[in-house]
Order: sequence, then structure tokens, then C-alpha cells
Amino acid sequence: MTDQIKHHLTDALLMAYSAGTLPEAFSLAVATHISMCDECRARLGAFDTMGGALMDECKGAELAADSLEATMARIKAGNPARITDAPARGKSKGMLPAPLRDYVGGDIDAVKWKNVGMGVKQAILPTARDASARLLYIPAGAAVPDHGHAGTELTLVLQGAFRDEMDHFGPGDIEVANEDLDHTPVADIGEDCICLAATDAPLKFKGLIPRIAQPFLRI
Amino acid sequence: MTNGREKENEDWVACIARIRDAQDQAAFAELFHHFAPRVKAFLMRSGADASMAEECTQDVMATLWQKAHLFDPSRASAATWIFTIARNRKIDAIRKQKRPEPEDLPWGPESEPDQADILALQQESEHLGKAISALPDKQRILIEQAYFGDLSHSEIAEQTGLPLGTIKSRIRLALDRLRHAMK
Repeated sequence: MTDQIKHHLTDALLMAYSAGTLPEAFSLAVATHISMCDECRARLGAFDTMGGALMDECKGAELAADSLEATMARIKAGNPARITDAPARGKSKGMLPAPLRDYVGGDIDAVKWKNVGMGVKQAILPTARDASARLLYIPAGAAVPDHGHAGTELTLVLQGAFRDEMDHFGPGDIEVANEDLDHTPVADIGEDCICLAATDAPLKFKGLIPRIAQPFLRI
Repeated sequence: MTNGREKENEDWVACIARIRDAQDQAAFAELFHHFAPRVKAFLMRSGADASMAEECTQDVMATLWQKAHLFDPSRASAATWIFTIARNRKIDAIRKQKRPEPEDLPWGPESEPDQADILALQQESEHLGKAISALPDKQRILIEQAYFGDLSHSEIAEQTGLPLGTIKSRIRLALDRLRHAMK
């Protein structure tokens, strides 16, 4: 998988994921890409190291007078910290990488698809509302209507491939689109295409019908 | 600190080992005095008020004690590890969101990390710290804001009055410089 990937995360996305400032839906796309891509995993390691170094360099804030004692008291009380851990899990056996399985509640067969017309299906994933994430199922050879973006859209290929005005995207590739890009992604003929798409703004469709359909599709 | 950064990083690794192996409170106090104020500053710059930042800092430092056995010095410096704990606490408590984490790599059977790997990783982290402090002020401040200020590039543009393109290219320049320094 990892050697075929040609389209990677940008520095800005990796830095924001490392800093913990991305909307949850974008973090999901980043974590899923990294699960498939050793190069971006290594780059993320460098950004985490930079975060640690920046924290180490900065001027500290004044602590409460009893801060250390209070912390020792917490430790002695054995209060389990409520900090979320990376759940222990092995390499994924199913088709979906582990972070996506957590949101789907299972592998690809557990996805609750909804038809959105012309054979295209989608499933919206439960994330915080500052951005949305959905799985898209595009039949081989079919197109997603021509659309522009009000914000940023990340599209990660999980299966199959698509082509748009920019380039060709295969498994593991991620396209980072912003307001400058109007595109019509078309799935390759060979295989149905499954993507994870995350966006921080509603998509703008150009045709009349898609525009009417938009409120129902929630995309 | 008069012993310089070279010694520091490996000292912190030793402190965490003493907590892990002997529940050593003196080692914990040393780490606490260095890192807790920095964790609190990071949380406050990310939008927490002083009392919430204090609460979360105590959580983060208690987590360090409880999870000392999970620290792998061949994969992270103490500062990096503590930063990731603080960042996750921030997302959880301040932003009230979940953080999707990448799938673990199959690392193979757990073995004691190799001393040479630990040394190399710790030295690399120190090297990066030095490279960051050597950045021109403008670039360092932008990178700091991106990390700590919870500001998007366009919010930085509003605050500084700089055009978005300038901010993006300064950040890119800073990253290029750091990559060059790490070669």
C-alpha cells in the first residue's frame, strides 16, 4: 500500500493534527491516511517532536502554590486520568483502517449507506459539527457532480481510484482541495471507488438539480 | 540549568525510568518543576483559563506517573511524550472532541529498546530544539502560534496584519530551515 501513495498530507495539516487544532472530521482523515502511509507517519513524528521542543523552549506559566502536592494526592488516590489513549489495536484485518472502523462501528460491511442518486451512496460519520466526514461510494465509471468548495475538502481513497481535473488518485492518496478548485471526480472504470471525504463547509454544486438536492444530502 | 541541554534530555529519560521502576517521588518532582509550568502555559495559550489549565496540568502530570511504563525513549523524548499527553488532554477537556489516532504499526515482538536507538533519538530531539531557538524571531513566533495559539493561518493574518500568503511562506521557510538543520 504505502509505496503506491503519490498524494500526501500537507505540512499545514500534519502540523495542525500534531498541535491538536484540527476539526475532528479532518483529524479522522489525517489519522486514516497515516494508517496507510509510512512516509506521513514519519513526518508526523517530526512534527510531534517539534511540538515537544516548542513546549520545552517556552516560558512556563505560574503554577498553583500546592500544585505538586495536589498532583501527588491525585496519584495516591489512584484516580485514573481521563485522558484518552490510542486504543490498543493491531494492524487492521478488514478493509477499513482502524480509526475509520471506530467511527463506522465495524468494517465496510457495517456502513449504513444512503443512496444519493446515480448509483452514488454516502454515509455520514458521527463527528463534532465544526466539520463533517462521510464515506462516499462511487460506482466504477460514475462521476460525483461538478462542485466547488467554500472551505477545505480532504478526499482520501480507500478502494478503487478517481480522476479529476487535477490528477489521478489511487488507494491511500489524499486530495486537499480548497476554494480555488472546482472539480468533477470520476471513478475509474475498473472498480467501484470508496472514499473518505471531510469538509469544513457545505459543498457548492453547480447544476440546478444537485443544488436542490443539497439540503437532503447534507453535503 | 548549567549542565546544558545535552545532558538534560537523557536526565529526563532517567527520571521517568526511576518513576516506572521505583515510584521515585524525587524524580517526579524534578520533572514536575521543569515540565508542569510549560504544560500549563501550552494549555493557557490554547484557550484554557488559569484554573482549568491548572486542573488539566495536574491530570497530565499524574498521567505521566501512571503511564511511565509506556514511555519508549527510542521513539520520543520526554518533552515530546509529555507534549502529546498535554495535547490529547487539551482536545478532550478544552475542545471537547475525540481524537482519532492512527492504527498502530506492527512493531514485532516487544523488546527492550536499543541503547543506541535511544541515544540517537534523544540527540535528534535536542538538535531540533536548538534549531528552533536559532530560527529568526518572525519565523519562530509564527510556528509557535500555529502550535500553541490555536490560531488558523487566517486568524494569524488578522492578528498580525500580514497577508495570508506571507504567513504560509514564512511557515514553509521555517520548516525548510529546520529540515536543513536536521540533515
